Amino acid sequence: MRGSSPRMTAKHRGKSAYMRHMRPQDILLPTAAGLCCKPGGFHIDPVRPVERAVITHGHSDHARPGHGAVLATQETLDMMRLRYGDNFAGSTQAISYGEEIRLGDVKVKFHPAGHVLGSAQIAVSCKDTCIVASGDYKDARDPTCAPFELVPCDVFITEATFGLPVFRHGDAAEEVKKLLASARLFPERAHLVGAYSLGKAQRVIALLREAGYDAPIYLHGAMEKITYYYQSRGINLGELRPVRGEKKGDLAGTITLAPPSATSDIWTRRFPDPVTAFASGWMRVRARARQGGVELPLAISDHADWDGLTSTIAATGAGEIWVTHGQEDALVHWCKTKGLAAQPLDLVGYGDEDEGEAAVAPGEAEA
Amino acid sequence: MNRFAELLDRLAYEPGRNNKLRLITAYFREVPDPDRGYALAAITGALSFKHAKPGLIRDLIAERTDPVLFGLSYDYVGDLSETVALMWPKAVPLAGHNNPPPPTLVEVVTTLRTLGKTELPKQLSRWLDELDETGRWALLKLVTGAMRIGVSARLAKTAAAALGDKDPHDIELMWPGLSPPYLDLFAWLEGRADKPVNRDPAPFRPVMLAHAIEDADFKNLDAADFIAEWKWDGIRVQAVSGRDARGNMQARLYSRTGEDITNSFPDLVPSLHLPGAIDGELLVLRDGRVQTFNVLQQRLNRKVVSPKLMKDFPIHLRAYDLLGDDENDLRELPFVERRTHLEAFVKKLGDPRIDLSPTIPFDSWEALTAARADPASAGAGEDADAVEGVMLKRRDAPYLPGRPKGQWWKWKRDPHLIDAVLMYAQRGHGKRSSFYSDYTFGVWTNGEDGEQLVPVGKAYFGFTDEELLQIDRFVRRNTTEKFGPVRHVVHEPDQGLVLEVAFEGLQRSPRHKSGVAMRFPRINRLRWDKPPREADRLETLERMLTSVTGN
Repeated sequence: MRGSSPRMTAKHRGKSAYMRHMRPQDILLPTAAGLCCKPGGFHIDPVRPVERAVITHGHSDHARPGHGAVLATQETLDMMRLRYGDNFAGSTQAISYGEEIRLGDVKVKFHPAGHVLGSAQIAVSCKDTCIVASGDYKDARDPTCAPFELVPCDVFITEATFGLPVFRHGDAAEEVKKLLASARLFPERAHLVGAYSLGKAQRVIALLREAGYDAPIYLHGAMEKITYYYQSRGINLGELRPVRGEKKGDLAGTITLAPPSATSDIWTRRFPDPVTAFASGWMRVRARARQGGVELPLAISDHADWDGLTSTIAATGAGEIWVTHGQEDALVHWCKTKGLAAQPLDLVGYGDEDEGEAAVAPGEAEA
Repeated sequence: MNRFAELLDRLAYEPGRNNKLRLITAYFREVPDPDRGYALAAITGALSFKHAKPGLIRDLIAERTDPVLFGLSYDYVGDLSETVALMWPKAVPLAGHNNPPPPTLVEVVTTLRTLGKTELPKQLSRWLDELDETGRWALLKLVTGAMRIGVSARLAKTAAAALGDKDPHDIELMWPGLSPPYLDLFAWLEGRADKPVNRDPAPFRPVMLAHAIEDADFKNLDAADFIAEWKWDGIRVQAVSGRDARGNMQARLYSRTGEDITNSFPDLVPSLHLPGAIDGELLVLRDGRVQTFNVLQQRLNRKVVSPKLMKDFPIHLRAYDLLGDDENDLRELPFVERRTHLEAFVKKLGDPRIDLSPTIPFDSWEALTAARADPASAGAGEDADAVEGVMLKRRDAPYLPGRPKGQWWKWKRDPHLIDAVLMYAQRGHGKRSSFYSDYTFGVWTNGEDGEQLVPVGKAYFGFTDEELLQIDRFVRRNTTEKFGPVRHVVHEPDQGLVLEVAFEGLQRSPRHKSGVAMRFPRINRLRWDKPPREADRLETLERMLTSVTGN
């Protein structure tokens, strides 16, 4: 299937073609550094240092340090600063949702993506053509970030992290109920919830609070900075405590949030007979959950599930769909059965942020 | 159905026995009759539905989904029931109707019992429409009978017993007389009714177990109080026969946990032609000689028992106790009296497949020590290879369920020991998931590249908690490579960790690179003092192979 789909290659970039007629690939084009907007003079979520970067959200596979100038939401810029230090870019510019600015020959507008705090879809318009690069997104409710906004467009660039019909995440509130039921059943054990430190952890905490859980929630060291940042942005997460320095016996019956990699680490020995939970969309598939030694899988995802991806694609009204990282094949196939032009974009360097152990900054793992 | 699905889902991930028990007991407490009874039946394997086959389920999903998307999904998930459960399309509600409620477990079980083969697809798809993902998964697991959630029948019964603070042995005892949904059982467990009476003509009786004897125990024991027997390396079974209401003889063979294993040994059933209950060891005998456990293993866990299998591996029962003789319960009698009954019973049976386990004559612990060291010349003769030690039973001991103190002792032969080198380590599960607790060890051999280590086995217990910490630390500091969860640990002639490994038996194995496989290997001692170059060689194991198996 992949072999038969048209590739966007350098020959489409002829200057005369660009002047006479604007094709989508003249506006945005995949390159080794990431999605490049030649007429606008910038890259979206570049994976290598570039002169001008426009960034959708703060996850480390999308927001990398070392660019000349960075345009992103205030929250994304703040998160990059927290992770990489003050000198993460030559210069920065904050942009709000709904705000439009001109960059070279194109106009750029940011819309909420519902993925994590500050996450945005980027609409790039040139003449009559509008392309939406949605970055990572989800259409499910999340008390910790602005809801996904549907942006009508000509070309929709979608992720495909969960681009198989077996991925249907269900209601996250129900998953949190499972966690609370387990905590009630095993009051002498500690519950360790593996969750990505940016976004997922805070969403789980907020959902626990919504479900009426009002005891202090404990944090692994690698979670602290970002979680306190969420609080400083007015998101109510209740009483939080660092787990560091707590006595083993005192952690019975408690819930602690930790980066996924820490839940099978020596670090867990400080807890009494811990129940290992993991909040991730991958947890829908048993073999995947078992591989990781997870005892309590919680299917809570930052990404749209299959139904979310397909209904969003349909609702944008876009006639052409470009599919980036994840299960491109299945989603491209689905688009074609619906009569939409679709092709996979070969972009490398993106994945679920903590598929590797990117969330755990060096030195934080043992915290 | 949803609550049952939730239970199965949670059990499938829970590695710890006690936690599994807690989960099941909590389910029994929360869920009313008759649902919980059918859940107990499902977990103990007491339900089976013959029409639901994987092919049927494949057809159902093919009608509803794009074949390309199904193919990609199935490749990703790897399990048919799960793939179907996850991608089953949402049902479109009928106009003017509210969504029907999902079926209860009772509804599913009772409907399936009476439903014909042709109506099954329609009914299944209706249920799949009504249930959520976990519910669909559990339904498909239930109807296809492939539960695989790591819960034994015994464990489920133990969880039920905990509901009423009862002894699980009591449930085993009455189990053959009970049937789903077990209303009488739950009524008794909740103190609402008397104990159900087992009307089974051939019921299981909870078994009596022995303690391992330590050197220090002997000084408090008088040899004159005990009878000794060989400890056979076979399978402990209980062979029970009795007449049903119509006067027909029923015979059953139970494992030591009360599991009915009669169907695996149909060749033994005709020999159980007198009413009674024998406690004994299941063995394979060829030309009157007891074969090793490795040979017996060919007869275990077989679904289909072919005539050839029965002929090549003739089954035999070696009797060492009699719990019931016709209508008489003998369990209150002292062992020495039961033994007299047993001798008479076996003689009356007069069957070549059932014989008496001989006693070992001894008048002092020294004499017994000598017999244990050399069973061949102490009466076991040519069967000595199948002896794994001696059993000591108090002459005056009644037959008590469980492991009562001081009544029965087992005194195993010393295990075989070798010094091997730690080669690879893997993380454990559950409580041990942060520890490298599964070890692959090897011995030296002269291979293509000169002297090299060849893996001969894996062990994951035998060490103390303190030793586990020490090995874990060693593994982390001496890892040379990582392959997923496996760490390659340094193993050079002068660098590495030597493990003293104890094991019970050795078998030729073409599947292992070394050509040998160990039975019951465990870490006996850590030899920090020993350089790896001084560890044992494969030739040593090969010599043991000839002396251990003898054939």
